[in-house]
Amino acid sequence: MDATGRRRWAIAGLTGPAYLWLALTVFLPLSAMFYFSFLTAAPIGGRESAFTLEHYIDFFTKSVYWFNARRSLELGVHVTLICILIGYPAALVLAKQISGRWREALFLLIILPFWSNALVRTFSWTMVLRGDGLIGRMINPLLPAGWEFDLLFTYPAIVIGLVHAYLPYAILTIYISLQAIDDSFIEAARSLGASRLKAFRRITLPLSIPGVLAGIFLIFVPVIGSFMEPRILGGKNAIMLGPIIENQFVTAFNWPLGSALSFIMLGIVLLVLAIASPVLRRHLSVG
Amino acid sequence: MIRKPITRRMALAGMAGTAALAATSTRLRAAGQITVLNWQGYGTDEAWALELFKEKTGYDVVHDYFNSEQEMLTKLRTAPGAYDVVLINSIYVEAAASEGLIQPIDTSTIGHFGDLAPSLRDSERFVIDGQYNAIAWVWGVTSFAYSTERISERPSSIQALWDPAHAGKVGWRDDALESIQLGAIATGQDMNNPTDLDAIREKLMALGPQIKTFWSSEDEWNKYMAAGDYDIATYWSGSAARSKKAMGLPVEFVVPEEGAIGWFDGLCIAAGAPDPAGAASFINFMVDPEFYVRWDNEIGAPASANEQANMGLPEDAMNRAVLGDPEVVKRLQWMAPISDEQLQANQELWDEVKTSFVQ
Repeated sequence: MDATGRRRWAIAGLTGPAYLWLALTVFLPLSAMFYFSFLTAAPIGGRESAFTLEHYIDFFTKSVYWFNARRSLELGVHVTLICILIGYPAALVLAKQISGRWREALFLLIILPFWSNALVRTFSWTMVLRGDGLIGRMINPLLPAGWEFDLLFTYPAIVIGLVHAYLPYAILTIYISLQAIDDSFIEAARSLGASRLKAFRRITLPLSIPGVLAGIFLIFVPVIGSFMEPRILGGKNAIMLGPIIENQFVTAFNWPLGSALSFIMLGIVLLVLAIASPVLRRHLSVG
Repeated sequence: MIRKPITRRMALAGMAGTAALAATSTRLRAAGQITVLNWQGYGTDEAWALELFKEKTGYDVVHDYFNSEQEMLTKLRTAPGAYDVVLINSIYVEAAASEGLIQPIDTSTIGHFGDLAPSLRDSERFVIDGQYNAIAWVWGVTSFAYSTERISERPSSIQALWDPAHAGKVGWRDDALESIQLGAIATGQDMNNPTDLDAIREKLMALGPQIKTFWSSEDEWNKYMAAGDYDIATYWSGSAARSKKAMGLPVEFVVPEEGAIGWFDGLCIAAGAPDPAGAASFINFMVDPEFYVRWDNEIGAPASANEQANMGLPEDAMNRAVLGDPEVVKRLQWMAPISDEQLQANQELWDEVKTSFVQ
């Protein structure tokens, strides 16, 4: 066996288990769900089921579904935007201004939300955001009459909870791309007379776009499917496609409709990202 | 014990969640042990009761839990032979029996059978072709409870939930079926066969300014009530008893004059149960006044199907004083089985209503 042949075998041997694992854990369940989405009923417990496109048609004909799909997409846009707006400056400071031990300490603080259980984290937000909670008790006596801090069970509460959960993704992905930028580029621009702002706009920002895009992809997709945070923090405002899909599986026992809604959402996400990423890339890299 | 190779059903279970895992773990059973499938914290898993049962019969009892009726059915389907006793709400018993998930019970093995209320014991939900598929265990009412601290006058009508005086202070369970049934009662309809769905939709949409937030578990209900988020909220009678006794919350349960949702639960023996005799003795223990009276006194429980057991309660206990009143029982509408199509239509209507709250 020649060297190329051996290498090929080595690659297959090393990556094979991972691909097999992916196929078993991701591809198989997903294809089963995709198959279900075309059935009249989930074929469990001896139920009769037949082929149908009804669930896909339902999405486009019944306003309750597309209205809530729009709400989910809006939530995704809001959360992603805020994560990037907060995460970018934080990553910039971490990558370019701070070094050594302080950087490690700050990283630890950023990753902390990852280490806490999502449910615990969300419930602790309910204590902070409620009118008689930590913030409310401090600032409500100071607010003028008619104003009250009580964010719990509102749309902003959902956004706050999700931003907290997903901000580390934004900071970490942007940090990595900023870290890779050679400081001598910026020094060269400065020595050629560019202002700090101009050097940032023409050099740092365009070179960090891959990190920003990675952050957007990582945050947007899970946020639009989220159902736990909206339900706990949003109260009446929780109604979105995520919780609706959850109900189809848990209470209505309509797996086919739940699957169809999930796949439509997936389609919309892919479409949005396919349109958005070249636009973002071009727009930002021209500067 | 029935062992099956991994079938498509097993694969489905893996996707559905932990059912398959539960099945494999409960299959490693010891002799003299029975497995019970129930909601968590619903009587059968009280530590003192299991000690008492072990003392009396020598059986150890282990539990597995479900969070919805569908999950319970899925567990029975995917793990045959894993469970002995399973709790099934009356409206699901017939379906479970016809699917072969549970087995008929020899009533002579249930010592307290004769003490059970005939209206529940011999209900057509349980008795099919003369065979008892479930033993009536407990029953209760779904309507609402209110805080006696924040509402001084006891509300007697279901319209209290729509009273502008309680705007932004109402708790509601995020459940399609229950919402539509309460909507039917509030609009004066038969909750099992509502004819005017538009009226129900409109009535439920009017809850928009009333509801503070939804609850989905007893624990959440207690939290919201204790925190002052709710002044009045839909609730279950057994849970209200527990909130009052075990949590010390100042709440009272109301069976409104318009009526309320009545439900009852049965204990069944799973098909392929490894120890049907042990299962039968556990079921008998569950309807024994000795267990029930202590359960309701110390923890709070729904009403027992055993009339002797209810009579053993203190005279002011809700399950004796309120639910023991035949006039109250007459006002109840008993839940009937529901088809998949109806379930779906309900879910859609409820999703529409919830969407209207944010529009």
